[in-house]
Amino acid sequence: MFGKLTWQAIPFDQPIPLCAGGLVIVIILAVLAYIALKGWLPYLWREWITSVDHKRIGIMYTLLAMVMLLRGFVDALMMRSQQALAFRSDGYLPPEHYDQIFSAHGTLMIFFVAMPFVIGLMNFVMPLQLGIRDVAFPTLNSVSFWLTATGALLINVSLVVGEFARTGWLPFPPLSEIRYSPGVGVDYYLWSLQISGVGTLLTGVNFVTTILKLHAPGMTYMRMPMFCWTSLASSLLIVAAFPVLTATLAMLLLDRYLGFHFFTNEAGGNIMMFMNLIWVWGHPEVYILILPAFGIYSEVVSTFSSKPLFGYRSMVMATLVICILAFSVWLHHFFTMGAGADVNAIFGIASMVIAVPTGVKVFNWLFTMYGGRVVFSTPMMFSLGFMVTFVIGGMTGVLLAVPPADFVLHNSVFLVAHFHNVIIGGVLFGAFAGYYYWFPKAFGFRLHENLGKAAFWCWIIGFYVAFMPLYVLGLMGMTRRMQHYDVAEWHPWLLIAGLGALIILTGIVLQVVQLIVSIRHRAELRDLTGDPWNGSTLEWATTSPPPAFNFAVLPRIRPNDMFREVKEHARQQASLVDPAAYTDIEMPRNSATGFVCAFFATFMGFALIWHIWWLAIAGAVGAYITFVVFAWRDRTEEVIPAIEVARISRGAAA
Amino acid sequence: MSGAEATAGGVHAAHPAAGHVRDALVSKRIVVGYGFWIFLLSDIVMFSAFFASYQVLVNETAGGPSGRDLFDISNTAIETACLLLSSFTCGIASIGAQAHRGTWFYGAMTVTFLLGLAFIGLEAHEFAGLVAQGAGPTRSAFLSAFFTLVGCHGLHVSGGLLWLLTMMAQVFFKGYRPDILRRMLCFSLFWHALDIIWVGLFSIVYLMGVAS
Amino acid sequence: MRLAALAVPLLLTACHWAVLDPKGFVGVSDVTILIDSVIIMLAIVVPTIVATVFFAWWFRASNTRAVYRPGFFYSGRIEMVVWGIPLLVIMLLGGVAWIGSHQLDPAAPLPGNKTPLEIQGVSLDWKWLFIYPDQHVATVNQLMLPAGVPIHFSLSSGSVMTAFFVPQLGSMIYTMNGMVTRLNLIADEPGTFYGEASHFSGDGFSDMHFDVHAMPPDQFAAWVKSTQSAGKTLDAANYGALAKQGVLPAPMTYGAVEPTLFQQIATQKLPPGPGPETGRPDATVSPRTSQ
Repeated sequence: MFGKLTWQAIPFDQPIPLCAGGLVIVIILAVLAYIALKGWLPYLWREWITSVDHKRIGIMYTLLAMVMLLRGFVDALMMRSQQALAFRSDGYLPPEHYDQIFSAHGTLMIFFVAMPFVIGLMNFVMPLQLGIRDVAFPTLNSVSFWLTATGALLINVSLVVGEFARTGWLPFPPLSEIRYSPGVGVDYYLWSLQISGVGTLLTGVNFVTTILKLHAPGMTYMRMPMFCWTSLASSLLIVAAFPVLTATLAMLLLDRYLGFHFFTNEAGGNIMMFMNLIWVWGHPEVYILILPAFGIYSEVVSTFSSKPLFGYRSMVMATLVICILAFSVWLHHFFTMGAGADVNAIFGIASMVIAVPTGVKVFNWLFTMYGGRVVFSTPMMFSLGFMVTFVIGGMTGVLLAVPPADFVLHNSVFLVAHFHNVIIGGVLFGAFAGYYYWFPKAFGFRLHENLGKAAFWCWIIGFYVAFMPLYVLGLMGMTRRMQHYDVAEWHPWLLIAGLGALIILTGIVLQVVQLIVSIRHRAELRDLTGDPWNGSTLEWATTSPPPAFNFAVLPRIRPNDMFREVKEHARQQASLVDPAAYTDIEMPRNSATGFVCAFFATFMGFALIWHIWWLAIAGAVGAYITFVVFAWRDRTEEVIPAIEVARISRGAAA
Repeated sequence: MSGAEATAGGVHAAHPAAGHVRDALVSKRIVVGYGFWIFLLSDIVMFSAFFASYQVLVNETAGGPSGRDLFDISNTAIETACLLLSSFTCGIASIGAQAHRGTWFYGAMTVTFLLGLAFIGLEAHEFAGLVAQGAGPTRSAFLSAFFTLVGCHGLHVSGGLLWLLTMMAQVFFKGYRPDILRRMLCFSLFWHALDIIWVGLFSIVYLMGVAS
Repeated sequence: MRLAALAVPLLLTACHWAVLDPKGFVGVSDVTILIDSVIIMLAIVVPTIVATVFFAWWFRASNTRAVYRPGFFYSGRIEMVVWGIPLLVIMLLGGVAWIGSHQLDPAAPLPGNKTPLEIQGVSLDWKWLFIYPDQHVATVNQLMLPAGVPIHFSLSSGSVMTAFFVPQLGSMIYTMNGMVTRLNLIADEPGTFYGEASHFSGDGFSDMHFDVHAMPPDQFAAWVKSTQSAGKTLDAANYGALAKQGVLPAPMTYGAVEPTLFQQIATQKLPPGPGPETGRPDATVSPRTSQ
């Protein structure tokens, strides 16, 4: 009846996961109870859960990312404290637990923090910047979000029911095969990634179509803001790379569930093929994350330097070059597999070549500041912190692309330091810059500035204190994923790294406090202009928060408008509209399709993990019926009458 | 039609008087078709990963049978004929739907369904035969890759058949609504794409397998 | 950054920086390339960081002396430079990478005409087995080398994939079941070095390290002789017991080795290790000896 699932699956004998899981459940129940008691459930259902508005979906993505950041960061703290303690001792986490923690940390941070954060920002901002009313497929957008949430949910369920993978954030076979990982951990990993991967792929399809097919009149390609370009490049990479991930994980699933031999030791399976396939997805994945961040920096640096972006065409070109080269470098993740010297050298050089367009971007941001009037707001601080930090990460990255250097640094904590250097210093700082920059647009009030700056300093100092020691340790020969060690020289550096994690923790606490303080003082922080930073792109031409339809009148971009003229002209158009000239606006109707479909997908995923076949079939049928019901709808759109449009726009303007 | 049904992202509600913004109007049909094309491209990328793995593992027979020992080319030739023919009838069904001609639409869709079903039946028969003679997917890495590649295509066709029935039901109950016609466009794109993938499969897996 | 600056002098003096304190030709060459590459890149990275901080500070909105030039957003000359400089640096570095990859290809024999000593390494869950085919002895979790003699390693895995790495000797390489990877290393002087598995391989991974003892050749010959006269024989049965998951409390040796044992492991005639017992993860399912 319940497959492999028994009471044994719940770790009654292991206090740490049990208490952590119990606490999370209590918090979730408390939040749900509070919401229900306050009578907010109908509002939540109507305005958020079933919403197909790209802005709402973007905000939910961002919220998901932030919550998962907390979870992933707890894992990070546990790892740092374990390694700080585990010198000639077992520390407090046994290997079977520690291994789950570093696997969960990596999986969560990449798939459920970095991805939803950048996708959330793209969702919120990109249609506004293009001057349109929504993405190409609004309901699909909602489906994407809820499938991502399903994946995140399944990973968190593994905390209490069963176990998570003990194979690292990429499940390398044969360790991840059923023979060496007989538990359900790898299955949790695989199914949550398969389900959320479908969501991500659909997002990619949706965004590519949106950017290539829909823009405001006059918004030609070469007039698109930089963030739209990087969103396009990132979405193209999603479309081209995620199917490979799906296929690779499917092969591993077939090995584990049906005894196939893709990556097994026996019967001709080939683990080197897994390495190749997973990195054919994995390397573009890091550009999927970093390119939108590059777009955010471009917007932020330009706005807070009061200058147009320097070398716009060059930036577009650099973005596309990175987008294409992303697929030519995957082999640098396994120079030490024994491929020939020619292969290693060619992929090493190809990897270095990516540093060229990336360097161009950094220089163009530099020259954007040159001759500008730099305002040190929180988003700008994060951007500056990024520019300094990222070049160091880029340098260590190019170093790892030199095969002989990689031969002694591969898989060491030097590598760990490198990718945290680019993921925190690049992606996360970018996401934070975007969060601070567009928060007033999303909610109509700013975030507390000083708390934001304090958080920034904690983050950047914490980052250096936490990760510079890891560079050192890598040069001392320390490999990654050690549950304990006996080398005395490593110990002090790991203590320093632990201290760094605590400084970052302070930064996160400050960010939470900042959010609470800002919400409580929203009246003082209110921004009525809709344009608190004097930006230049179209999102600043509408009100904050923007109405459901974004623009009462679609902005029209004149060919010769430069920089802020674009926004100013759009504002002018909006204010000059004759009240009688407002027209009805047709917007897509809300739909529960995404939520219901994800509901079924959750059960299906859980059932597949535990081999509860009847439930898996029921889940799949449920998801199919959900789509049929959606397809059966007679009214897909809802008309906002002209009078209402006028009321909303005038009301906001007044 | 196209003007009246510009997309949600879009531009429908642009100033009716402002004729000059017409250049930005993109019909929903174009947007949906375009998006579905992108999706199909991603599907083809997924297939190429399976093709690549097949190519890597084709000689890893682990002492078991190879393609040369197993493939029955006449069976696959009939499968190919069924699928190619079904693509043609699917095309007729699309035209029938565009023209609101029930006989053509339902007739051609039924034929498409039957041809697709025949394809799946033949494939299932082939698979069952292989498993019965001990050449199932667990026998060797080569057979794992073979079953996965061909089976993935088979699953796509099966999914397509379910979609096909759903399409027919939709037209039956809802008529030739614009949104249903757009879905029909996507369905026929999907069906043709499966054909293209099958041609690759037939050549690379079966023909080259028998020849080697 | 300040920390990094502090670290530089440490980097040059400290002797515990295993990777930067190589004791063999391969390690020395790897590190030379590593340091050269860093220096080449610092030439562009340091000015960029300085310029970032300086531009941001000088062009701060409150600085009345800075000239505001909102029209300065394109310059063909600057574009040329910003594409050109990284390109030149990468061309230089690419040359380093190309030459380095070929000279230091792990499979390529080391320069010199000394006959290398053959050692066969097998990674197991969770220990290292080293077979000396010409000396007919084997060790577990310790590696004895004659100093000054090139070593040719043939490496494979008796279970999952991992990597063989002795930081002070240089390059690492993966070990994979059913495959043999090759690696050439040399210890220039006697000493004891730390060696480890450098690719995560399961619950006992942290205990999968070993000491490398490089000794003068005559001492090595004496060690071989004394080992040959003691200890068990490593045959298929003993190997099967060794291949079971678990951690060894102390290194051990075998006085004799079945001649084709390594070939049998590498060609899977001897099946890969059995993996864990099934069940919920705990110490019995994934056995470890507590330290």
